[in-house]
Amino acid sequence: MSVTTLVAIVLVLAAIGYVVGLQRARSVVGGETAQLHSRPGYYGSYVLVWTCLPALLVLAVWAATAPIVIENQVRASFPETVQMQQSPNQQNLSMNMVESIARGLRLLDERERTQATAGFVELRPLLAEKGVALAGNGEDYMIRSALLLNRLTDANRLWRSIAVIGFSLVGLGFALVQIRARLRARNRVEAVIHGALILASTVAILTTIGIVLSMVSETGRFFSSVPPAEFFFGTVWDPRFANAEDPDAAGQFGLIPLLAGTLYIAFVAMLVAVPIGLFAAIYMAEYAGSRFRSLAKPLLEVLAGIPTIVYGFFALITVGPFLRDISAQLAGITTGDFAAFVSATSVLTAGLVMGIMLIPFVSSLSDDIITQVPRAMRDGSLGLGATRSETMRRVILPAALPGVVGALLMTASRAIGETMIVVMAAGVAARLSINPFEPMTTVTVKIVSQLTGDLEFTSPQTLVAFALGLTLFFITLALNVYALYIVRKYREQYE
Amino acid sequence: MTDATLTTGAATQAKAGRRDIGLKARYAAERRFRAYGLAAIIVGLSFLFILLASIVSQGYTAFWQTSILLDVTFDEEIVDPEGTRDTGSMAMLTANYPLLAQRALYDALDIDPDNREATRAADGLVSQGVRTQLRDMVTADPDIIGTTQSVWVLAHGDIDSAQKGQFDLTVEESRRRVSDLQLEYMQQLEQAGALEGRFNTGLFTFGASSRPETAGMGVAIIGSFWMMLIVLVLALPIGVAASIYLEEFAPKNRLTDLIEVNINNLAAVPSIVYGLLGLAVFINFTGLPRSAAIVGGLVLTLMTLPTIIIATRAALKAVPPSIRDAALGVGASRMQTVFHHVLPLAAPGILTGTIIGLATALGETAPLLLIGMVAFVADYPSTPLDPSTALPVQIYMWSGQAERAFVERTSGAIIILLMFLAVMNITAIILRRRFERRW
Repeated sequence: MSVTTLVAIVLVLAAIGYVVGLQRARSVVGGETAQLHSRPGYYGSYVLVWTCLPALLVLAVWAATAPIVIENQVRASFPETVQMQQSPNQQNLSMNMVESIARGLRLLDERERTQATAGFVELRPLLAEKGVALAGNGEDYMIRSALLLNRLTDANRLWRSIAVIGFSLVGLGFALVQIRARLRARNRVEAVIHGALILASTVAILTTIGIVLSMVSETGRFFSSVPPAEFFFGTVWDPRFANAEDPDAAGQFGLIPLLAGTLYIAFVAMLVAVPIGLFAAIYMAEYAGSRFRSLAKPLLEVLAGIPTIVYGFFALITVGPFLRDISAQLAGITTGDFAAFVSATSVLTAGLVMGIMLIPFVSSLSDDIITQVPRAMRDGSLGLGATRSETMRRVILPAALPGVVGALLMTASRAIGETMIVVMAAGVAARLSINPFEPMTTVTVKIVSQLTGDLEFTSPQTLVAFALGLTLFFITLALNVYALYIVRKYREQYE
Repeated sequence: MTDATLTTGAATQAKAGRRDIGLKARYAAERRFRAYGLAAIIVGLSFLFILLASIVSQGYTAFWQTSILLDVTFDEEIVDPEGTRDTGSMAMLTANYPLLAQRALYDALDIDPDNREATRAADGLVSQGVRTQLRDMVTADPDIIGTTQSVWVLAHGDIDSAQKGQFDLTVEESRRRVSDLQLEYMQQLEQAGALEGRFNTGLFTFGASSRPETAGMGVAIIGSFWMMLIVLVLALPIGVAASIYLEEFAPKNRLTDLIEVNINNLAAVPSIVYGLLGLAVFINFTGLPRSAAIVGGLVLTLMTLPTIIIATRAALKAVPPSIRDAALGVGASRMQTVFHHVLPLAAPGILTGTIIGLATALGETAPLLLIGMVAFVADYPSTPLDPSTALPVQIYMWSGQAERAFVERTSGAIIILLMFLAVMNITAIILRRRFERRW
C-alpha cells in the first residue's frame, strides 16, 4: 500500500476510534455523562489521538529510513569487482540503472520476465517495447540487483503496512480499554494539543536555523576555493563560468562593486522615498481631515501592495525609456547633440522606481510614530502660541526622531534586499562608478544571475550566490535588530 | 528657515503699528509647510496613477486577439489517408493541418495557389498554432473529416499587433514585420467580416509558447493556485498554533523572547534569502524536484508565516481579558477558553491577516526564480510535483521577450495579477469591516 492509502486508512481508523470512544465513554457510566471526568467528546479525541499519533510517527520514521536501508542492501549485492573498482559516482549511475530496470521489470508479464532475466541483451528490447528506455552499457548483474530491489521493495511495503495498521489498531484498543469514568481524558488530550502548539512555534526558529546553516555550509565550500579576503575586499567581479576550452578559468569574486551598487541604488531610493513619505505622514497626522485621510491613506498603501515585479516592468518599459529620452532632449537643448546621457537601465531608474515603492513604508511607519508622541506635548506647544508647523518641527519631530530613524533603517533594509526592480532596471554590469546615469549592479541581481539556468552545485560560480546571500542576510539583520532596538526604546520612553 | 522667519519678522516690525511678532511670515511658513505635505501626497498618488495607467494602457488590448474566420475543408486525403478514423494514428497526428488552413485562406482571398508571392504573404497571416487547433478538432470529433467547418483561427502575432495599430506603418516596407500585401489582405478579410478582434481566452488557458498569439497564463495560474493552496494549508494552521502558544500559553522566559525577536526579524529577511534556503534545503538536501509547485509552496509558506503570526497575535491581543476571565470563571480549562471563546472572536482578524499574507505571497517572484520556476512549461501540471510556473514568474519571463505582442501580453498578465490581488485585498477589507469588533 502506498503512503497515501496508509495515511487514509489510519485517518479512517481514527475517525472510527473517535465514535467508538465516545460511545464507550457514555456506556461506561450508563448514559449519565455527568459522572465522567471530562466531556464525552474528550474520550473520543483521546482514542483518536492514540489511534493515529503513534501509527503516523512510525510511518514517518519508516518512510525516512527504509529507502536508505534498501539501497545499501542492493549496493551490497553488486559484485565485489564493481564495488572495488567503481568510483562512487559510477556506482550511483549503476544504481540509477538498476532502479529503472526494476521499474521496467514490473511492467512485464510472467513469460516475458523469465525471458528477460536471461541477460541484459534480451532485456533491453523488451523494456523498450514497454516505453522504458535504457542506456546501452548495462551489465547482467544489474538484473539480479533489480530483482532484489523489487523483492525488497515489496517486502518493505508489506511490513510497513502491517506495522502501521498494527500500531493504529493497538493504540485504538489500548485507549478503549483505558476508558473509565475517572480517566482524565481532557487533560491528556490538552497536553497533546499543547505539545503541538509548542512544535508549531518552533518552526520560526527552525527556519532561521535552516537559513543560517544552509548558507553557512555552502559559503564554507565557496571559501575553500576562494579566500574570504578576496571575496570581501576584491574590487573586481568577473566570475567566468567554467567552459570546455578553459576548465581552470578562475573568476574573480569581488564583493565591493556589488555592495557599492546596492548601497548606491538604495541611497537614491531613500532620497526619493524619505521626503515624500515623511511629508505625507506629517500631513496625514496633522492637517488632513478624516475624510481625506480615509481616502488618501489606503490609496497610498496600494503602492505597497503592488508586487515588485510590476515595478520592475514599469521601470523597464516606461521609466527607463522616459528618462533616456528626456536626457536626450536636455542634451540636445544644452549642447546641440541629442545623445542620451542616461542609459535605459541605470542607478537612477532603479532608485527612482524603488523609491516610489518605499513611499508607503516610510509614510505609514512614520505616521504610527508621530501619532505616538503624547498629546500633552502637542497641546502644550500649541497652547503657547506656536503654529502647527512649528509644533511639528520643533517639538514633535525631535521627540519622534529616534523612532523615525528606526523606521528609516527598516525601510533601508528593504531597499537593500529588494530584488526584482534591480534585476530588471539596474543592469548587470558590475562596476564601480559614481555616475547615477549608468547601470550598476547589486548583490541580489548577482544572486539571481548566478543561480538561474542549468547549474551544478560544486563550482564557485554558483556557490558564491550563497556567500552573497549570507552577506545580505547579515546586513539586513543588523539593520533590523538595531532599528527594532531603537523603536522599542522609543516606545518605552512614552509609555 | 527659522532664521528667515526672524529676519523678515524684524523687517515688518517697523511698518506695523503694534508690536509685531512676525505673524505674517510665520503663517506663510505654516502654509508652505502644509503645501509641502499636500504636494507629497499628491506626488505619491500621481505615481500610483501613472503606474496603473501605463500598465493598463499598454495591456488592455491583450484581452482581444485578432482571429480569422476560415471555411476549412477537412480533406480526407490529408487528414486520414487510410480512412481508419483512428484518432491515435500517427498519420492523423502528423497530418499537414496548416495546409488545410492555407487552402481555406487562398479561397477566401481569391489567391492563385501558384502565385508564390501572394501565398507567402497569405501564409504569414495565420498563426502556427493552427496546427494544434485543427488537430484537436479532428481528434475530438473524427466525424468532421471530409466536411467543411467554419473555424475562427488565431492570426499571427505580427498581424495581431498590426491590426491593433501597434506598428508604425509609415516605416519602409522592408523594415516592417508586416508587408503591404498582408495589410491589403487584412482589409479584404475585415470587410468580408472574416477578421476581427475576439476575446482572448487563450491568454487564460494556453501554456508557455515562443509565439505570442499562443502564449498564455494557463500553466502559471494553475501553478500559482497550487502554491497558494499549499501556503494556506500549511501556513494558516502552523501560524495560528504558534501565535496561540506565544500569546496565551508561553511562559515569559529567554526561549520565548528569542522566538519573538526571531519572528520579527524573519518578517524583514529579504525574500531572495528564502529562495536560497529553498534551494539548499528542499532541492539539494531533501531532493524535491526543481520547478515544482510544492517547493515554491513550501518556500512561500516559510515566507508568509511571520506575517500570519504577527497578524494573529495582534488579533488575539485585541480580545479583551474579561472574556478569558469569564470563561475561566465558569470552569473552562485554559485550552477550552482559547479554542471556544478567544479564537472565534479573533477569527476575522486572523483571516484578514492570512489573506493579506497570501496576496503578498502571490506576487512574490525572487525566491521562485532561484528554485527553477523560470521554466518553459507548456503542459498543465496535474500535481504539485510537476513542473510549473507562477503568475509573477511568467510576467518576468515575458518581459524579457522582444516582440511588441509580448509587451502587450506582459501588461495584460500584470492586469490579471493585479485583479487577483485586488480581489483578495478587497475581500480582506470587507471581512474586517463586517466582522471586526471593537471593545
